[in-house]
Amino acid sequence: MFEYCSNSDSLANLQWLACYLTTLKHQSLYWSILTVLLLLAVTAPLAIALGLSGALARRSPFAVVRSLGWGYTSMVRGIPDLIFFLFVPLAMDQLLEYVRHRVLCPQETGPVWIGHDFVVCSAAKLPLGPSPEWVHDTYGFILAVVAFAIVFGAFCANVIHGAMNAVPRTQLETARAYGLSPRQVMLRVHLPQTWIYALPGLSNVWMILIKATPLLFLMGVEDIVYWAKELGGTKSARFSDFPHGDWRIYYFTGLLVFYLLFTWVSQIGLKRLTDKVSRGQATMAGGKGGA
Amino acid sequence: MAMTCMEALGAYGLRSLGMGQRALPKGDEITLCEQVILIGSGLIWNLYFAVLALAIGFFIATALGLMKSSDQPWLRQPAAGFVFIFRGSPLFIQFFFVYAVLVSLPKIDASLTLGSLELGFSTRWFTKAWLGALIVLVLNTSAYAAEIFYGALRSVPHGDVEAAKAYGLPPVARFRRVVWPTLLRLAWPAYTNEAIFLFHATTLVFFSSFPTWRQSGDALYYANYFAEKTFNPFVAYPIAAGWFILVTLILIALFGTVNAYLNRHIAPGERRRVRYRPQFMR
Repeated sequence: MFEYCSNSDSLANLQWLACYLTTLKHQSLYWSILTVLLLLAVTAPLAIALGLSGALARRSPFAVVRSLGWGYTSMVRGIPDLIFFLFVPLAMDQLLEYVRHRVLCPQETGPVWIGHDFVVCSAAKLPLGPSPEWVHDTYGFILAVVAFAIVFGAFCANVIHGAMNAVPRTQLETARAYGLSPRQVMLRVHLPQTWIYALPGLSNVWMILIKATPLLFLMGVEDIVYWAKELGGTKSARFSDFPHGDWRIYYFTGLLVFYLLFTWVSQIGLKRLTDKVSRGQATMAGGKGGA
Repeated sequence: MAMTCMEALGAYGLRSLGMGQRALPKGDEITLCEQVILIGSGLIWNLYFAVLALAIGFFIATALGLMKSSDQPWLRQPAAGFVFIFRGSPLFIQFFFVYAVLVSLPKIDASLTLGSLELGFSTRWFTKAWLGALIVLVLNTSAYAAEIFYGALRSVPHGDVEAAKAYGLPPVARFRRVVWPTLLRLAWPAYTNEAIFLFHATTLVFFSSFPTWRQSGDALYYANYFAEKTFNPFVAYPIAAGWFILVTLILIALFGTVNAYLNRHIAPGERRRVRYRPQFMR
C-alpha cells in the first residue's frame, strides 16, 4: 500500500501498524464488511416481500393456502433459526442439482442418492466444475441470501399478520360500506395502514437481522468473522512479514464495536422514522401532541 | 451390522454426555432410529445450557433491572452499559470474543480439601463449553431479561406503591410483597419469549469457538454430523427441528402455568395471555 512498506524489517511502530493494517488480507477484511451490507440490502426487501405474502396467505379464502401461511409463520417460533441456516443452503443446492440432473442428463435414470452419496452428472453440478472462484463464491452467497430471506420473511410475516389485525375494524367496514371491492379495501385502506402498525415490529426484525449476519460464517462465506479469525491467529516470522502473537481478542473487540455502532445507529434512525410516519395517524404515537 | 432401536437407545441415549458407545454410526449402516436417538441425546446439552442460564440469569437480570431504574448514576450507568453491550452485539460474536479472553487466562490448577472431600479446580474449565459457553449465555440472557424487567418495573402502578407506603411497609417488604409480584406478572409474557429464544440460541454453542470433546455435542451438532455423513439434509435437520418444536411446546406450557399462577388474583377477562411472539424480542 505505502512505499515504505516494501522493507518490513525497518519500520517504526506507527508505520508498522499502517503497513500491517493495509496488507492484502486486511483489505479482504474491509471488503467483507461490504458483503455484510450487501446481504442486508438484498435480504431486507426479499424478507418483507415474503412476509407480506405469508401474512396475506393467512387471510386467504382457500384453506390450503391458509394452512401454508400458518405453517410458514409458525415454523420460526418452534425451530431455531440456525437449523434453517444450515439446512436451506444444502437443501437448495441439492434440489437445484437434482432438477438439472433430470433435465440435462436424461440418459442417466438411476437414483441420485446412492447409499450415502449424492451423485449427479457433471453437467448438472452447480456451479459447473471449471467455473472461476468468484462464481463459486457468488453461488454460495446467493444460497445464504435465500436462507436469510426465508427465515426473516417468516419473522416479517408474523409482524405483518399482527399489524393487519391491529388496523381498526371500523376503517375496513367503512370502506366496504362505501362500496369498495375487497381488493380495493385491501390495497387502498387496509395495507397502507398496516405499515404504521408493523413498523415497531419490523424495526425489531431489522435489529435481529443485523445480529444474525455473522452466521454467514457458518455457511462457508468468507465474511468478517472468517477474516477476524484468520488474521487474529498467531503468525510466525517464517510465514508472515508481520509476525504477531494471538491477537484474536483485538479483532473480535473490533467486531463487537462494529456491531454495537451498527445497531446503535439503526436504532436512532428507526426511532426517527417511526416518529415521522406516526404523525397524524390514528395511533397512540400519532395522537401525541394534539392535532 | 445395523442396530435395533432398543440397542440404539442403549448405545446412544446418553452419548452426548460421553456415556454408551464411543464410535458414532457411520457409512451405510446409519438408521433412522440412531439419528432420532442421537440427536435427542444432544438435546440434553441444549436443555442444560438453557435451564442453568435462565435460572442464574433470572436473578442477575432482576438486580440489573433494579440498578437500571435507580436514581444513583453509579448504579444506573454500569447496568445500562452492560445491557447495551450484550443486547447490541451478536451472541455469535460474544462467544468468539469471550472464548478468546478465556483462552488467554493463565492456566492455574488448584484444589481445596474439606475434610475427606477434595475439590479440584482449574482455570482450564473456562475454555470448555460446559462452563465458558454457559457464562456467555448467562450474561446474554441477563441483559435481555434485565431490559424486560426494567420495562415492567416502570409499568408497576404507582398507586400500588403509594398504598404500600401508606400501610407502613418498609422498603424491602414493599419490594418483595408489592412491586416484585406485579413486575413479574407484567414481564412474564415477554420473559417467556426470551426463554424460548435463549433455548433456541443454545444451538450456537458448538458452532462457535467452543470445541466439542470426544464428539459430545448438542442436538444440532449431531444433526450436522448426520447431514455431512449421509449427504442428505432432508432427514437429520427435520428430526432436530421436531425435537426443538416438542421442547418449545413444553416450555410454553410450563411458562403458561407460571403465568396463570402469577395472574391468579386477576379477573379472568383482564388476564394477559402468554403468546409467543418472536418479533418483539431480541
